[in-house]
Amino acid sequence: MTDSSALPPPADDTRLAALRRWWGPHGLAQGVGLGAAALVLAVLAANVLASMHRFGMAPSLTYLTEPANFDISESLIVYRAGDPYARAILVGLLNTLKLAVAGCALATVLGVALGLLRAAGNPLLARLVAAYVELARNTPLVLQLFFWIALTRALPPVRQALQPLPHAYLSVRGVYLPGLTVESGAVWPIAAFLLLVALVVHEIHKRLGRPLSATEWGFAAAAALLVPAFWVWADGVRLSADLPALRGFNIVGGISLTPEFAAMLTGLSVYYAANIAEIVRSGLQSVTHGQWEAGRALGLHRARILQLVVLPQAMRVITPLMTSSWLDLTKDTTLGVLIGFTEVTAVIKTSANNTGNAVETILVLVVVFLAISLPVSAAINAYNRVLARRGAVAS
Amino acid sequence: MTILLEGAPTAPPKAEGWRRTAAGLVSSPVNAAVTVVVACLIAAAFWVFFRWAVLDAAWLGGAEACRVHAGACWPFVRANAQLMTFGVYPQDLLWRPAASLALMAALIAASMIPRLWSLGLALAWGAVPALVCVLLSGAFGGRPVSTNEWGGLPLTLLVWMIAYAGAFVIAIPLALARRSNMGGLRTAAIVVIELVRGVPMLVALYVSRFIVPMTAPGLEINLFVSVETALILFVASYLAEIVRAGLQALPRGQTEAAAALGLSYWRTVQLVLMPQALRAVIPALVNLGIGVLLSTPLVAVIGMTDFLSAVREAASHEQDWPGCFTTAYFVAGLVFFSICFVASRYSRWLERRLRAAGRG
Repeated sequence: MTDSSALPPPADDTRLAALRRWWGPHGLAQGVGLGAAALVLAVLAANVLASMHRFGMAPSLTYLTEPANFDISESLIVYRAGDPYARAILVGLLNTLKLAVAGCALATVLGVALGLLRAAGNPLLARLVAAYVELARNTPLVLQLFFWIALTRALPPVRQALQPLPHAYLSVRGVYLPGLTVESGAVWPIAAFLLLVALVVHEIHKRLGRPLSATEWGFAAAAALLVPAFWVWADGVRLSADLPALRGFNIVGGISLTPEFAAMLTGLSVYYAANIAEIVRSGLQSVTHGQWEAGRALGLHRARILQLVVLPQAMRVITPLMTSSWLDLTKDTTLGVLIGFTEVTAVIKTSANNTGNAVETILVLVVVFLAISLPVSAAINAYNRVLARRGAVAS
Repeated sequence: MTILLEGAPTAPPKAEGWRRTAAGLVSSPVNAAVTVVVACLIAAAFWVFFRWAVLDAAWLGGAEACRVHAGACWPFVRANAQLMTFGVYPQDLLWRPAASLALMAALIAASMIPRLWSLGLALAWGAVPALVCVLLSGAFGGRPVSTNEWGGLPLTLLVWMIAYAGAFVIAIPLALARRSNMGGLRTAAIVVIELVRGVPMLVALYVSRFIVPMTAPGLEINLFVSVETALILFVASYLAEIVRAGLQALPRGQTEAAAALGLSYWRTVQLVLMPQALRAVIPALVNLGIGVLLSTPLVAVIGMTDFLSAVREAASHEQDWPGCFTTAYFVAGLVFFSICFVASRYSRWLERRLRAAGRG
């Protein structure tokens, strides 16, 4: 975009003049060209309507209220066959979001850890991480997902479930992990208190104008831990682990993941962790070596230089790439349809098959994904503009 | 697809690099311990792989041999090589996909040599996919073969080549439009790019499968054609953003100097802007190419028999070859990995070379 805001506005600046300036040169040709494009789109849309008419269909979204006669194997909300299509689609959407959130969290933790390990200075470790990154990034994600689902299907039956860690079970029925249940009404006060601590720390941090030292972090952590602990002790609130256990032919309790969800989560995390590790590495590389040396000249040790000097600068490169990686992961949850995970695409595909309303259902799908990705994309662009104005990146 | 703009790798001189590597392995007690642990991990991984691929593998015989051995089933690969490579293309006409494969491989190999970069090569990227389509369909006079029967590695490469080459034709005008000073055009470009980038590729494929054929009633739109249309547009929206990044990196003086020389807008684009902008983003272009190739297996969801689905098809004959999925996936992964690994190494080499040329 050309930077016209640098020029002083002319004296006769009205809304119309501003609009004309924005519209730019070749006004008529632009108008004709865009009009022609709109016309072509209108003709195509009319053709779609005509084709639907020929098949005896009329565009409508009323099918959303009709009963959907299929089951969905996993759901965060109550759903039975016979509930309306809208609810079935909501179930799929919630599954998509569950997978996206869990996948982003896991991939980020794993990816940042790998990226830092690669930069940690041990050449053999760096080679190993590099090999992992190359392997994950140079084979199709679809193939990796096929591999993971095949692996979960090959797990032993419930009675012989693998136990890689105490209280974690891997079986052909799914993955069972220990969960945490809170048995009291005092959860909300504690949550509010933790939020308060976070806000206070943030405020102090802003006032001081410098990062907190390890001791200060220690005080904050102590406050955040001790007060709830006292509360729990005084009030008798109990946090109890919800451990899965083998009972007869089933595993009950804990957090259970279906095989499809476990395979999707593993596949997406493994693949995107490799991407994020690369992003972290390129972010760290974007900070020149002189910054490290300057930090060392000030007498800081390695971890401190990373925290105070390198990471704040690297974040400028890392943040937009990381965000778009999360967006890509969210979009790739649609691959669940290939291995039988019932996310929103799978539900919508089934709905389209059952009702015959292919066009409307696909448009619903498009709208769902645009509603997720356009705001994120706008945020990334805004962040890049802010950086460009500060002169941090070339524009 | 994730597009990474790679940082500049700074390679120390070789001999010194080795000594530093050796020193880094044992620079501190913690580091030495890490080295030992990592070395054990690597050794264990190699041992597991070696046992699967060599010691426990079936090498000779047929399916019976694979039932006995727990590891890889190499006879399966030998017996199904043709199905995996060419899919369900008619058996007696296999020379066509074979020739297509050779043609496309030759074009890609030629494109990797910077000395051959010319207008002719760019035109070849238009001509070779067209020629391959003619060859596969039998339009030159042989027995016609419908696109439903195309499959395997030639189909994967063809889908990739058309999508990637076709995307350039749309992406460059889109990127220019997005940086134009004409508000209406700019807005239209932003809308197209952001809308297409906002949906997953799978959804774009569904649109191509179910909606595109309805846009022209009375006209039988081939599945292959509508898929390629969707893919070209999809790839172009990503490509346009890469080209835009390249244009943004150019100093403003370039445009002003071209204006001072009296060049018209299109001459400026052709002679000044594009050559520099594209050169600046070569790593991102190669990364996008890799990303597109790795996404091609998705076309299987709308019923095309690409390489990966041909491999799955071969492995799904459980009664003949039980439990061969691991071996089949390994082979498919190896093929994709070899292509993409060479491409990413090539991109790094090219980047270094161009930087050296720019300095000299």
